[in-house]
Amino acid sequence: MTKRTDLSKIVVIGSGPIVIGQSAEFDYAGTQACLSLKEEGYEVILINSNPASIMTDKGIADRVYIEPLTLEFISKILRKERPDALIPTLGGRTSLNATMELADSGLLDELEIELLGTKLEAIKTTEYPDLFKKLMVELNEPTLESVVVHTVQEAVLFSEKVTFPLLVMTMSNKMGSGKVSCKNTVELELAVSKSLARSPINKCFIEMNRTGYKEVEYEAIRDKKDHAMISCTLEHFDPVGIHTGDSIIFAPSQTLTDKQHQVLRDASLKIIRALKMEGSCTIRFALDPVTLSYFILGVNQCTSLSSAVASKATGNPIARTAAKLAVGMTLDEIKKPGTNQFLSEFEPAMDYIVSKIPRWPFDKFEQGDRDLGLQMKSTGETMSFGRTVEESLLKAVRSLEIGVSHIFLEETALATDEEVFQKVSHAQDDRLFYLAEIIRRGYPIERLAKDTHIDLFFLDKLAHIIEIEKDLRNHIFDLEILAYAKNYGFSDEFIALLWETTSQKVEAFRIENALVPVYKQLGPYSKELETKVSGYYSTYEEENESIPTDRESILILGSGPTRIGQGIEFDHAVFHSIKAIQKAGYEAIVLNNNPETVSTDFLVSDKLYFEPLTLEDVMHVFRLEKPIGVIIQYGGQAASKLAESLDQLGVPILGTAISDVIHSQSPTSFEKALDKSGIPKSISTIVTNKEAALSSAKKIGYPILMRPISKFNEKKLEIIESEQDLETYMTRSFTYSPYSAVLITQYIKGIEVEVDAISDGTSILIPGMVEYIERSEIHTGDSMAVYPPQSLSPEIKETIIQYTKQVAQSLNCIGLINSQFVIFEDDVYISKVHLHASRTAPFLSKVTGIPIVELATNVILGQSLKSQGYEEGLAPESTLVHVKAPVFSFAQLQKVDALLGPVMKSTGEVMGSDRTLEKALYKAFEASSLHLADYGTVLLTLTDKDKEESYSIAQRFHQIGYQIIATSGTEKFLTSKQIPVQTIAKLDETKNENILDVIATGKVQLVINTTGRTKKDVKDGELIRKSTIENGIPLLTSLDTAAAILSVLEARTFLTQPL
Amino acid sequence: MDRILLLEDGSIFKGKGFGSLIDTIGEVVFTTGMTGYQEIITDQSYNGQMIVFNYPSIGNTGINRNDYESIEPTCKAVIVKEFARVPSNWHNHMNLDEFLKNKKIPGITGVDTRKLMHLLQEKGVMRGTIVDAQDDFNHAFDQLKATVLPIQQVAQVSTSRAYVSPGNGRNIIVIDFGLKHSLLKELNKRDCHVTVLPYDTSAESIINLEPDGILLTNGPGNPNDLPHVLKMIETIQSKIPIFGTGLGHQLLALANGCRVVKMKVGHRGLNLPVKELASGDFYLTTQNHGFLVDADSIDQTNLAVTHVELNDGSIEGMKHRHYPSFSVQFNPDGSPGPHDATHLFDQFMDLIDFWKEDNKV
Repeated sequence: MTKRTDLSKIVVIGSGPIVIGQSAEFDYAGTQACLSLKEEGYEVILINSNPASIMTDKGIADRVYIEPLTLEFISKILRKERPDALIPTLGGRTSLNATMELADSGLLDELEIELLGTKLEAIKTTEYPDLFKKLMVELNEPTLESVVVHTVQEAVLFSEKVTFPLLVMTMSNKMGSGKVSCKNTVELELAVSKSLARSPINKCFIEMNRTGYKEVEYEAIRDKKDHAMISCTLEHFDPVGIHTGDSIIFAPSQTLTDKQHQVLRDASLKIIRALKMEGSCTIRFALDPVTLSYFILGVNQCTSLSSAVASKATGNPIARTAAKLAVGMTLDEIKKPGTNQFLSEFEPAMDYIVSKIPRWPFDKFEQGDRDLGLQMKSTGETMSFGRTVEESLLKAVRSLEIGVSHIFLEETALATDEEVFQKVSHAQDDRLFYLAEIIRRGYPIERLAKDTHIDLFFLDKLAHIIEIEKDLRNHIFDLEILAYAKNYGFSDEFIALLWETTSQKVEAFRIENALVPVYKQLGPYSKELETKVSGYYSTYEEENESIPTDRESILILGSGPTRIGQGIEFDHAVFHSIKAIQKAGYEAIVLNNNPETVSTDFLVSDKLYFEPLTLEDVMHVFRLEKPIGVIIQYGGQAASKLAESLDQLGVPILGTAISDVIHSQSPTSFEKALDKSGIPKSISTIVTNKEAALSSAKKIGYPILMRPISKFNEKKLEIIESEQDLETYMTRSFTYSPYSAVLITQYIKGIEVEVDAISDGTSILIPGMVEYIERSEIHTGDSMAVYPPQSLSPEIKETIIQYTKQVAQSLNCIGLINSQFVIFEDDVYISKVHLHASRTAPFLSKVTGIPIVELATNVILGQSLKSQGYEEGLAPESTLVHVKAPVFSFAQLQKVDALLGPVMKSTGEVMGSDRTLEKALYKAFEASSLHLADYGTVLLTLTDKDKEESYSIAQRFHQIGYQIIATSGTEKFLTSKQIPVQTIAKLDETKNENILDVIATGKVQLVINTTGRTKKDVKDGELIRKSTIENGIPLLTSLDTAAAILSVLEARTFLTQPL
Repeated sequence: MDRILLLEDGSIFKGKGFGSLIDTIGEVVFTTGMTGYQEIITDQSYNGQMIVFNYPSIGNTGINRNDYESIEPTCKAVIVKEFARVPSNWHNHMNLDEFLKNKKIPGITGVDTRKLMHLLQEKGVMRGTIVDAQDDFNHAFDQLKATVLPIQQVAQVSTSRAYVSPGNGRNIIVIDFGLKHSLLKELNKRDCHVTVLPYDTSAESIINLEPDGILLTNGPGNPNDLPHVLKMIETIQSKIPIFGTGLGHQLLALANGCRVVKMKVGHRGLNLPVKELASGDFYLTTQNHGFLVDADSIDQTNLAVTHVELNDGSIEGMKHRHYPSFSVQFNPDGSPGPHDATHLFDQFMDLIDFWKEDNKV
């Protein structure tokens, strides 16, 4: 064994909150790495600020610090823990940046902490484009033409020697600042001047962008003895120019000859050896589609999105291996987990095709800029396995959770030829659907390949799918054609559409003719090999390898791709329920399709089906495995939407009965039930036309909350303040959108409280309740949650406990129940009830120490709470204060308005804990990169109705010494209250300097903006917010958040006031 | 056209015919490589065999002029899950279907190749036949049972006449047992002057050409079929440096008294890990062999093991204790497959130079 014995304590830095570009894959990587190091006997210390992650659970590392990933806090922990070494490459850019800061501060040297896996120089080489270029030149590896410039003129000069588009990148010591693509000189000049202004060293890097080249990725691994291999190759469907995270990807590469593959393999091995990495990295190539030549696009030296995809595609967890390599082990000492195979499995021979399709958030952000480019915009992804490209791709498409069962959208069928062509040549999130449509309309794929630079091979696969569609349409209930279509991945639902029948009838016909899928194992070829790898995928072939065992099993449905509102908290829940089910002696079977998650690791469950979460695909597994029941509580919307159909088909759903779940979701019947038990709820009603809406609204009283009733019911939530706005809203909703009904709810602006509880049918345990800082106009997912509540009276708490119990009982709840309350003038209203896992559950589990999901799972399996050692009622509250704060990805999502409201917009969360609320808030703000200086200038632009409330906020800023800038209206109001304010021109006022200028020139350190909630000043508000985000200035759109931040600043500063 | 693959244990696999539609009989073997089907199909070591590709999509890049390992492939069939009807690659000029038609090699597509591979793993490689689905199964099965697989396959694939591939460096003789073109490429890269000779060239003729070194190539079939070649090796191995690959390795073993035995399944793939015993290094290799040197037989000989396969420990390389000869079971030239072992050609060059130095009078 070559394992390091001079080390004993190792620190792992996590990736912090989930933002676009750093998602669940880092929880997967970090969790694996911690377990892998512990397995080798090291003491592992984990630092991460993300409470929703599995890696921050007890038992993954020896000690977990949920603290901000800033120099201040990491240093404190390192001084306290005195570790021997630190692994910087498992927490994405966050961890790399933190490590660089630690190195620069001299702390690593002072405490003699060694960096494992990748040395500082290697990090710098791959992250700084000029150093990287230098190394590639030394290695004689081709890179794109590039230059470092100090002036705009130099940039223009360079542009004359090469061809557009060009990429501009700001040079600074912070890594991962994005690249801007410029199509012409005007764009270049603008981008370069902006970039130079932002660069502390007044430099920017410009390189050619080989748009249209084929993009492939190589996952390389290397050990300290210089053995190196390629664990996976990935080929992009979308050519160079679209971010990896936003590209459709296949594994292994499909259109490279062995000679091409070996050339790139040699180059990859040369690079990882030159960087002397002891671990893994991803090397990205651009291939000229018409010659053998290639360019190196870049190297990711940390585990990445691609490593997560590659890990799941090959069954070989890269981060686990990387952690072992980092402590000096060599490749021949590491077995592929679950097998007795060494080595060869590190460069595996696969016998299936993997497709990955990104999941974008544009169903939530309808005004978002949907163009795909260098800025990643997707929040998650789905992955699928098949024995043909077609099968693999179609399974991935129906895993997307966007309500499609095929590469077919109704809107594509309705589009004009011109529109279709536009959508095909201009890449947006839905391009795949339009590519299918244009082929459906007879556009030749050879021309399409020229237009789009998508490889003909892939386009022919789409063409083949379209041919099968035609065959199906022409041969209704033809068994041979059906078998062929199923072979290529078609869903019953889509076949039913083509046959103008129901999917039940297609299914019945299929089953009658014994046309059912078999399951193939993901992993070693040989049945003789001892293997515990238990991943399976379906296909329509002959041999079924998934043999149900004699043990009683339970099927758990996962939640599909990570998306806004369906984050890693569901992975957290699925993971813990697997563990609880196994502990209870059952076999835990998981069905999911998200490659980023811990719960889809092949070793976590007893059996994993990597399948779409559709009724058809779930039923196939159900019929094969015959589990004693199915758990849907932990799968979020993806699983919930299947509940009713599964129930109707006689599938035993464990936990709360489906009839009760349906009851809880139906506003009318649920309201009646609440009325009966005397629980106040905001009044609501369903309307189907404008007249009814207006008259109902009059009865309820403005403001009201509008919720269209559709499959994805959260997407168009809006608060309406006046009759006039309601009229516009109703006209819009019913004329332009396919909604048939809208739910109108009385809108109460009060304090929101959320409660997670577990009910066993007789008693109810409430592990904890959280109070939100922001009042109810903002989605709880975007609000700061405080545990334990700081402002609630014992009476109110008691009322909430009572209501929770009553609701749980009336719904005959078994398992989890999550309810939200609004407190207004000391009255408690119930606003929402969910009978599934919640966003707050991982946070509450962590701060209370009560394993919520484990208890709920045991309850579902028939154990009482009492037998598990828990008493009824609210668990004793902790003395520490914990704050969970949202983190947003507005910088990545252009045109998405940062104004918070009833639609959730955050992508992740952080946690801060300390003895006082102020300290906990401080940590939460720091962890979410909302750092405020002790002094500075705050810009206030407020909507009229917030002005009264703004007085105390302004006064408090003034008292701690902040300068205040405001637009005329706000200024007049505050001046009248004796608060000194500097006026600034509004956008439409022609002055030398307007509001956007003070933002752009860095004159303000904080922007508080609440304009635009009424229709009148939407546009100005949006511009202000957009500019604030672009300039990296902290933005608050709620006065409640402002008050919270003030309390932190006040706690930190001393009052200076004249007598 | 509906066709079937019938195996000697009675198993039937249904599929559609592509390539040539003639009936065929051969030994069914599988390879796990994900790339390199053109090289594999044109590799003469597959002479007489029906190749099952485990990777499910074959033919994606078509056929191009650079990736032949021989001009006239002699494998008996290509068995796939699916072949790409529209290949795509910058230098593709023909799809696999067309190529197999031209070369009169039958293909069968739509086969559950993973199931077939599991069957071969369980029962070992066996004879098989591809016939039309409407043909009489029993007749086809009887024919299959009655068929004796060919011996002396090297004679079918070796060159019948000597030829030269000129260079300015070391003078190398390549004995062609089923030469892969990439072996010549490796020698050309090192600027060797290469003379390729038929497999049955006598020791005397070889010595008369005064070569600096001899390369014994890969090739098909059972090395025990070639006793006269063993005599040739016995005679020259003390006089001229020898490098053997594949079948050449097995012949060197036989010539020195080892046994070479047939394997149940064989090693066929591009990712087989091999350990170099002297350095402890390991790397991935391309392999294609159905026979191997019996590990129990090597101790009594003058050969020493230099390389082993990591997963099953089988002998993958050896050298003579006294004479300047060494050999590897795998394909050091890759093609298809990794370039991890191409340093062995440099080792061969060094061996030649040292030998020359030592034998200067």
